[in-house]
Amino acid sequence: MTSATHPLLSQLFGDRGTKAFFGVLLATVVIVPILHLAVAEGSALHLSSYTMTLIGKYMTYALLAIAVDLVWGYCGILSLGHAAFFALGGYAMGMYLMRQIGTRGVYGHPELPDFMVFLNWTELPWFWHGFDMFWFAAAMAILVPGVLAFVFGWLAFRSRVTGVYLSIITQALTYALMLAFFRNNMGFGGNNGLTDFKEILGFDIYAPGTRVSLFVASGVALALGYLACKYLTHSRAGRVIQAVRDAESRTRFIGYRVESYKLWVWTFSAALAGVAGALYVPQVGIINPSEFQPINSIEVVIWVAVGGRSTLYGAVAGAVLVNYAKTYFTAALPEFWLYALGALFVLVTLFLPQGVVGLAARVKRKPNVLAKAVPA
Amino acid sequence: MLVITLLAAFAANASSDDGFAQAVGKLATTNFKIKREAVDEIAMLRHPNTRAVLAALLDGSLYFRKEDKRVFVLEASGDTVALTDAVTLAPAGAASTRDFTKITTNNQLRKQLKGILAGFALTDPDADVRRAAVAEMMRSLDADDAALLRDRIDAETDRKVRAMMRSALALADLESPEADVRLSAVGALQGDLSPEVFNRLAALVERASDGSFAEPDERVRAAAQKAVNSIKSKRNLYGLFETLFFGLSLGSVLVLAAIGLAITFGVMGVINMAHGELMMLGAYTTYVIQLLMPSYIDVSVLIAIPAAFLVAGAVGVLIERGVVRFLYGRPLETLLATFGVSLILQQIVRDVFTANNRPVETPSWMSGSLQINEALSFTYNRLYVVLFMAIVFAILLFVLKRTSLGLKVRAVSMNRPMAKAMGVRTEWVDALTFGLGSGIAGVAGVALSQLTNVGPNLGQSYIIDSFMVVVFGGVGNLWGTLIGGMSLGVVNQVLEPHAGAVLAKIFVLIALILFIQRRPRGLFPQKGRAAEA
Repeated sequence: MTSATHPLLSQLFGDRGTKAFFGVLLATVVIVPILHLAVAEGSALHLSSYTMTLIGKYMTYALLAIAVDLVWGYCGILSLGHAAFFALGGYAMGMYLMRQIGTRGVYGHPELPDFMVFLNWTELPWFWHGFDMFWFAAAMAILVPGVLAFVFGWLAFRSRVTGVYLSIITQALTYALMLAFFRNNMGFGGNNGLTDFKEILGFDIYAPGTRVSLFVASGVALALGYLACKYLTHSRAGRVIQAVRDAESRTRFIGYRVESYKLWVWTFSAALAGVAGALYVPQVGIINPSEFQPINSIEVVIWVAVGGRSTLYGAVAGAVLVNYAKTYFTAALPEFWLYALGALFVLVTLFLPQGVVGLAARVKRKPNVLAKAVPA
Repeated sequence: MLVITLLAAFAANASSDDGFAQAVGKLATTNFKIKREAVDEIAMLRHPNTRAVLAALLDGSLYFRKEDKRVFVLEASGDTVALTDAVTLAPAGAASTRDFTKITTNNQLRKQLKGILAGFALTDPDADVRRAAVAEMMRSLDADDAALLRDRIDAETDRKVRAMMRSALALADLESPEADVRLSAVGALQGDLSPEVFNRLAALVERASDGSFAEPDERVRAAAQKAVNSIKSKRNLYGLFETLFFGLSLGSVLVLAAIGLAITFGVMGVINMAHGELMMLGAYTTYVIQLLMPSYIDVSVLIAIPAAFLVAGAVGVLIERGVVRFLYGRPLETLLATFGVSLILQQIVRDVFTANNRPVETPSWMSGSLQINEALSFTYNRLYVVLFMAIVFAILLFVLKRTSLGLKVRAVSMNRPMAKAMGVRTEWVDALTFGLGSGIAGVAGVALSQLTNVGPNLGQSYIIDSFMVVVFGGVGNLWGTLIGGMSLGVVNQVLEPHAGAVLAKIFVLIALILFIQRRPRGLFPQKGRAAEA
């Protein structure tokens, strides 16, 4: 970066990890679509739409991981419910896509999605109105998780629920949402969720062009999300947030309103997770209540832990690594995957408190710098 | 009257088999008059097989062979049937239905048969058989039944059967043309909770479509109304008891699941996400023990309790020594690491026992239910769970409050450095505490194996609930866990009929999330410096 002399830019792109992240991201977003669209299908260099969608999926996961890293790595809030915000964003997008099906559903009803016709509903529930407009759905994908997180956080942080207590009630939150969304009469398709999407913004959702656009959009969202988080953590507020992580009571005694800082970073993180979910759904083509499973949220945490906390690029690396391993092992050695994941949890927390990124740094730097204990 | 003379005849000695065979042979006819006489004769003889033959006749499973007119009981349908000789009740091979003629019955004959069979049942030495017979009669009461009951009621020795007979007679009296008889019948029925009585009384006070009452006398109506109201309120009361009992038994399960967690969480500040899997191990231990001793299912559960304690406790100590002890003071990391352990344990169980649910048998002493009255009964397995929880709780309380280990555990939980300075081997205490909490989880698993499916996901479904109980009750307080678990169980059961199981659970979760805001440290928060850690 030649322009790194500018203070803001040097702040944002100053460290090597971030540079590497942007380098890889840029390369991915440019090369993958070219290999998919321009290279002939028989060629060895051709990337199938499956692979491209997979990478696109990883990018939305990476965005989710950044959101978790922001609250956990920088603010010390271990959220075991972030997949809930991700899924809510996904549902908002899913509802838009359902409305776009129109008369092409199995029952051909112009307004009601198939599952509502199936349940003998005659009218669209009130909360489905407006989702025929993209901008509305897009806004909801950010607002719904954001507002939920705001209310939840306002209640929790104000009464100083911290540590494991907070972790557990976030888990209860996602568990309650899962149970709720499994109910048929909630109006979100129950067990089957939302699927069979046809088009987005008037484009066929399975057309190569649309897929590439969604892929690029995910890459751009990831870049923007990363920049926003980076900016946030390097701002004055970001320093307070890190102070909260390291010594919450002391920060409060100095005179900062700890709960406000926590609340805003928490809400922002949830909205970011919502965006990730909204990009995830059109690429995988389905959203169902199993996305709310408590284990999903915990898995996100392990992505971040594997990659390395409070670096942002570590979260991205962790998300991609763990998910690639998951894709590989669940296909090649399905029984082995849970062992591997379990061992990952144990080994990373025991031996790699700074994750893969920390390991890389450890190899490079002198050993005495790394011998220092890592705070929780 | 016929029935009564028959009953008198029962006192006579049973006749020879020949006479019985002869009487049964008479049934091989199509003439109903002869059949009725034959039935009377069979009943009078009081042969040991009398009842079986008459019951078969009433069922329509009594046939005679066309060629020699011998009478058989036929079983199963289709072309071939199993034959049973009606006189000796010995199996007589198989044959085709075409060779047989069914011995048909008409209304009159059926009524006669029912009366005779009921008479048999009412004189049965087993009080339960007599009670069932009266209950059967109450369902469709007629004058003959009433006469039979009136005759038997003074000879009846069992208090409960007698009360039922009295109710049945009162029901019969409601048909009386005299208003005073009906009135006293209503009085006698007051407080009876059986559905027959309730329906009959409710019918008395109902208006027919033309606005007239089924019961012409106003006094009887008023009395019936009063009786109906009192039965209704009693039923509501017992319904409340039942909900409460269900709630307490569910609460006991929650307490069992959570109490081990309360120890590890409260004493060591360690979140053990593998706690559910330790329960799962306990449940699988029960299964293995049953496999090892298939002929002693009744005792197997009792043996499984210490076995599960040891298995889960040993695994717990392993987890503590291998993982948790490196992470003290870092609760969030412990949470992640133990979650990893839980995944590994689940997969091990899947590999060893497959992913399918394993059948765990219920010992005979745990099946059935304790019948308090017509409207209230407690199933034994739920009753035992409550009892079991109480025992486990008492033992745990004893260990923590009265033993030297308990003293050390409490000392470490209050102030670790000070305890260490006093010479308590905190490491050793940690391992034992973790083992104790895990062992209790295994014991909870034994209880769960009797209530739910035993599969690899057993633990996962309870882990969030148990955390809620601990968080609700307050960390490090056994009484808090008890009260927390019980109240969650009861609230869940009270909400369930109104909101459905899933919605009730969601309400409870939301209520808990809100509760934590009000009291971030639970119902009974830890006091002193330990609380600030």
